Amino acid sequence: MRALLLGPWLRAARGLPRAPGSGHRHRGHGGHRPQGPLRQKVSVEVLDHLEHLALVDFRDAEGVERLQKAIQFADQLHEVNTNGVEPMDSVLEDRCLYLREDDVTEGNCTKELLENAREKVEEYFVAPPGNIPLPKLEERETFLQGSQ
Amino acid sequence: AGRGRRRASGLTGVVVRPHSSRSAHLAPWVPVVGLEIHAQISSNSKLFSGSQVQFAAPPNSLVSFFDASLPGTLPVLNRRCVEAAVMTGLALNCSINKKSLFDRKHYFYADLPAGYQITQQRVPIAVNGSLSYSLCIDNKMSQMVTKTVRIKQIQLEQDSGKSLHDDTRSQTLVDLNRAGVGLMEVVMEPDMCCGEEAAAAVRELQLILQTLGSSQAVMAEGQLRVDANVSVHHPGEPYGVRTEVKNINSMRFLAKAIDYEIQRQIEELENGGTILNETRAFDSKLGCTVPMRDKEGQQDYRFMPEPNLPPLILYDAKSLPANMNHQQVINIDWIHERLPDLPSVKRKKLVEQYGILPEHSFTLLNEDGLAEFFESVVKQTQMKPKKVIGWILKDLLSYLKQHSLTVKESPVSSFLLADLLNLLEKKEISSTAAKQVLAELWKGEGKTPLEIVKEQKLELLQDQKELEQICQAVIDGHENEVMAIKAGNPKVLNKLIGLVQKKTQGRSNPVLVKQLLEKKLSG
Repeated sequence: MRALLLGPWLRAARGLPRAPGSGHRHRGHGGHRPQGPLRQKVSVEVLDHLEHLALVDFRDAEGVERLQKAIQFADQLHEVNTNGVEPMDSVLEDRCLYLREDDVTEGNCTKELLENAREKVEEYFVAPPGNIPLPKLEERETFLQGSQ
Repeated sequence: AGRGRRRASGLTGVVVRPHSSRSAHLAPWVPVVGLEIHAQISSNSKLFSGSQVQFAAPPNSLVSFFDASLPGTLPVLNRRCVEAAVMTGLALNCSINKKSLFDRKHYFYADLPAGYQITQQRVPIAVNGSLSYSLCIDNKMSQMVTKTVRIKQIQLEQDSGKSLHDDTRSQTLVDLNRAGVGLMEVVMEPDMCCGEEAAAAVRELQLILQTLGSSQAVMAEGQLRVDANVSVHHPGEPYGVRTEVKNINSMRFLAKAIDYEIQRQIEELENGGTILNETRAFDSKLGCTVPMRDKEGQQDYRFMPEPNLPPLILYDAKSLPANMNHQQVINIDWIHERLPDLPSVKRKKLVEQYGILPEHSFTLLNEDGLAEFFESVVKQTQMKPKKVIGWILKDLLSYLKQHSLTVKESPVSSFLLADLLNLLEKKEISSTAAKQVLAELWKGEGKTPLEIVKEQKLELLQDQKELEQICQAVIDGHENEVMAIKAGNPKVLNKLIGLVQKKTQGRSNPVLVKQLLEKKLSG
């Protein structure tokens, strides 16, 4: 995945190197410090933690490299000086939050809801007992096992 | 546990003496207790969807597509839930945030179909309040001390569904009826020091919520759930590692669970062990706390702003927008003006209006409907409130408790009790007779007090002559006692009074009997 060029307005402010792939050398930052890891490899511990949290599977070296590139791409955000600027949650944050009246208008569709369930017992959904935690790194078959 | 000696100090909180015998010079322990209380909002429909809120309905019958987290559904905020949270915040002396935000808290569990809970982590709806509660010192109702706990914040959030664990078939059955019901999470700072204080604070919060109507707060129906954060440390040292105690589902177990955990931590530390920052569940059968299996390791909730909900904006009289639809505007001042009298105010009014003791007002408010019953009786009788309260708290309440009845279920109505007390007040019966009548009324056979009095011949003897004759007879028949009284032992008079009472089958006024006897004996 190639990193996106963020355009002249960034370069003008910062004096960035032209080719993004040549690595970050943060010169001429003014008072702004980068907050994320600089071109660091994402550690196996972090990858393992992510696999536990989000139940993703990085599968192979290419998957991990894709993650690295994604982080690197996002890190470019640190180049922007955000001192004194309120974070924005969404472009809709100035809209009015609609308030609904407290009336019962939905529900009573047990049959429909259970249609998608693979297993059901007397109108209950069936799930495994509690959370089945991902086995520890040493104990599971994952690409990450081989990494240092 | 229980080997240590506990000295409760009303001013500085509980300090627990060390347990082991060789610990004469060991520093004492200071327990610290904070609470996270989840109160289900009393509303017709859920926080972000229009499905009904109801306890004990057929499984998955009160679930909308949004509650089941089906794709393409969006949250729509319920106005009533916001009002409930504002009322509660105001009642707890909080600052209401005119702008609050919604966030997603991510974790995996079968009863959380979306994989996240919508809550208010960054900016909740209310912050920085306080709650005052009272405790009896040394279990005596006569000595009450008032304490305060700071309220860190109140936030709106979704409830999860319910999991029923079927261990025999190694599966969990999931009912989403509760998923999405509105909750107010009330966070109390660690200003408490023992189970008793925590229980008293929760009880007062429960009364406030019920008075406001923002939550019915019935613990048995899961409408009020309490998690306790417990740690211990030596005075002057930093706070110890805290554990979270969950699965406390009654007021009784709340104090027990907290006190057990305090003792467990002290014993662990005194034996050279360490406390893990873990979540523990209270096992009510064994009376102890055990580590919770599913909560191993630190949780990482990956909080993020809820992208489908813009900020919640509240207004007051000053900031009210001119041209906005009323239904879309929540005015904090309007809600403030309409808050009902809180329990603490009600108690004060009862004490001032009726001259009863503060501890009486606590008992009156502690039983649902008892204060109203008391006031109703007072209205219908000439007996002074200070005397009526005795009948309410000692006689009526103990009957109710013995038979596990609520005030509403009382076979003796306020009308009947007032009727009975009027007979007593007019001196038509003695107080002993009145108790007998009450026992009869309790059977609920529909008789009036007067009918019972006539039936059992409990009327006080009005014939002075007859009474005098009986007194004389008793005096004549008990020379020894008479001599003792004349010799200067007045207490023996009580025996004679008792004998007269027996002869008259309780139908004599003891005060009058005493007067008559004294008159005869002085001659």
